Amino acid sequence: MQQKGAQVAFRHTGLVYNRDGQAVRACADVDFTVPAGCSAAVIGPSGCGKSSLLLMAAGLLEPTDGEVLVNGRPLTGPRRETAFIPQDLGLFPWKTVLQNAMAGLRFHGMPKAAAAQRAREALESVGLEGFERAYPKDLSGGMRQRLALARGLAIDADLLLMDEPLSAIDALLREDLQDMLLDFWRRSARTQVLVTHSIEEAVYLGQVIVVFSDRPATVACCLDNPRVGTPDWRDSDGFAAQCRAVREALARAVDR
Amino acid sequence: MRGPLLRKVGAYAFAIVFILAGWWVTAWLVNSPALPTPGATFGVLAANLPALVPYFLTSTGRVVASLALGTVLAVPLAQVCARSRRLDGLFAPVLYILYPIPKVVLLPILLVLLGLGDAPKIVLVTLTVFFQVLVAVRDAVRAVPEGAVLSARALGASRWGIYRSVTVPATLPAVFTSLRIGVGTAIAVLFIAEAMAGSTGLGYFIMQSWSMVNYPRMFAGIVALAVLGLVLYGIFDAAERRLTRWRS
Ligand SMILES: Nc1ncnc2c1ncn2[C@@H]1O[C@H](COP(=O)(O)OP(=O)(O)OP(=O)(O)O)[C@@H](O)[C@H]1O
Ligand SMILES: [Mg+2]
Repeated sequence: MQQKGAQVAFRHTGLVYNRDGQAVRACADVDFTVPAGCSAAVIGPSGCGKSSLLLMAAGLLEPTDGEVLVNGRPLTGPRRETAFIPQDLGLFPWKTVLQNAMAGLRFHGMPKAAAAQRAREALESVGLEGFERAYPKDLSGGMRQRLALARGLAIDADLLLMDEPLSAIDALLREDLQDMLLDFWRRSARTQVLVTHSIEEAVYLGQVIVVFSDRPATVACCLDNPRVGTPDWRDSDGFAAQCRAVREALARAVDR
Repeated sequence: MRGPLLRKVGAYAFAIVFILAGWWVTAWLVNSPALPTPGATFGVLAANLPALVPYFLTSTGRVVASLALGTVLAVPLAQVCARSRRLDGLFAPVLYILYPIPKVVLLPILLVLLGLGDAPKIVLVTLTVFFQVLVAVRDAVRAVPEGAVLSARALGASRWGIYRSVTVPATLPAVFTSLRIGVGTAIAVLFIAEAMAGSTGLGYFIMQSWSMVNYPRMFAGIVALAVLGLVLYGIFDAAERRLTRWRS
């Protein structure tokens, strides 16, 4: 297992899309750091540029201004140790559960048998043992979510980037999966960046809550949320108060 | 498991009975040696089989070669075009203009250029197949969920890895769907090409029998062509099913 999480730093990061000759500013002067081993939740109005930010952190999109540093080095492309879970999970429907979990290791050139072994362990740790030969279509929404996570565990990621991973999941199951994410994060040294539009999810999972303004996305404020992971956090008065604080920060960010 | 299977077999049995009955009634009403009844067909086929076989093999070889060639040319081009905005911008208008042209009108030109043998027939049918597969696969690649491509890239896939692990497996079913749908057109075009020029293949066999007023022989050729279409259709259908087990 990775001994150390990665540090992610946005340095005056900006992004301009070119859509049919028209410039669309998605992010402007984004500047914040997620320390190694931290769990950060990113929240902001819909369409503000959160997914774009995550794509840059994954090395899939090059910033048009500034840079993104991981462990102090500017990104030049996807890193081996970064796991990225896109909004639609990005599973391969034509591959079995096991092949999906193995995909990253195989792209990295690991021999089949070793990759299968590692993938099996990852599947087991998310409770998908026995489904190795099923296809994603045979899984429930929650199981698909866990498969996407298993992919990241299989490559032994030190940085997990997730784009609204639980948005398609009903409320009760969602809390279970949030507990699972929290548990995985606490048991590892991994750094985690979670984009969400749920205030409760941000407060439940983010040690730091980064609130974004309307498009172009820029950091409106960073809220410390130190009680993440403490027992009964979700049911405490502090949790409700923190949710209120995030809601107000969001309202201010949109008004600006 | 047994229920649905039995129902399926039942449905096919019914379809066969229905077709044979329709055929029988039509043959009985028409009452012409050009359309024997189903019962008489076996005798007609058996009598003409020795003469038929070489023509059947020629046509089969041409169709199979054209289907293979058309697919082998179309799939890589479609894959590369659909993934590259620049190439697609270049090829899309070309495709848009050429796709609707019925390729069969090129037959006279091909006959002038390539003679009366296999070449013009194979080129013509290949062209027909090529465009059908090209358009189908190009659309299928563009419909691949962007998330799958992104996650493959994030997991370290090279450009080649994206093709091999994402866009090719995702669009393989579309190849067989387009072949299954295209096989009818391919055989129709081959029939016209063989009927019009040369002295080989089932198209020639059928039209030659017609001009000899040997209607049972003509009918045997028609049945052989129908069987060829049906078998190819069945093969592509089976391949498509096998390759789409992952779909809901
Ligand atoms: N490939 C692209 N080309 C051009 N414009 C884009 C592209 N991707 C996103 N955009 C635009 O950039 C802006 C930010 O998009 P992004 O998806 O990053 O926002 P988001 O905060 O993740 O939205 P959501 O809450 O809907 O997930 C939007 O206005 C979007 O239309
Ligand atoms: Mg988004």
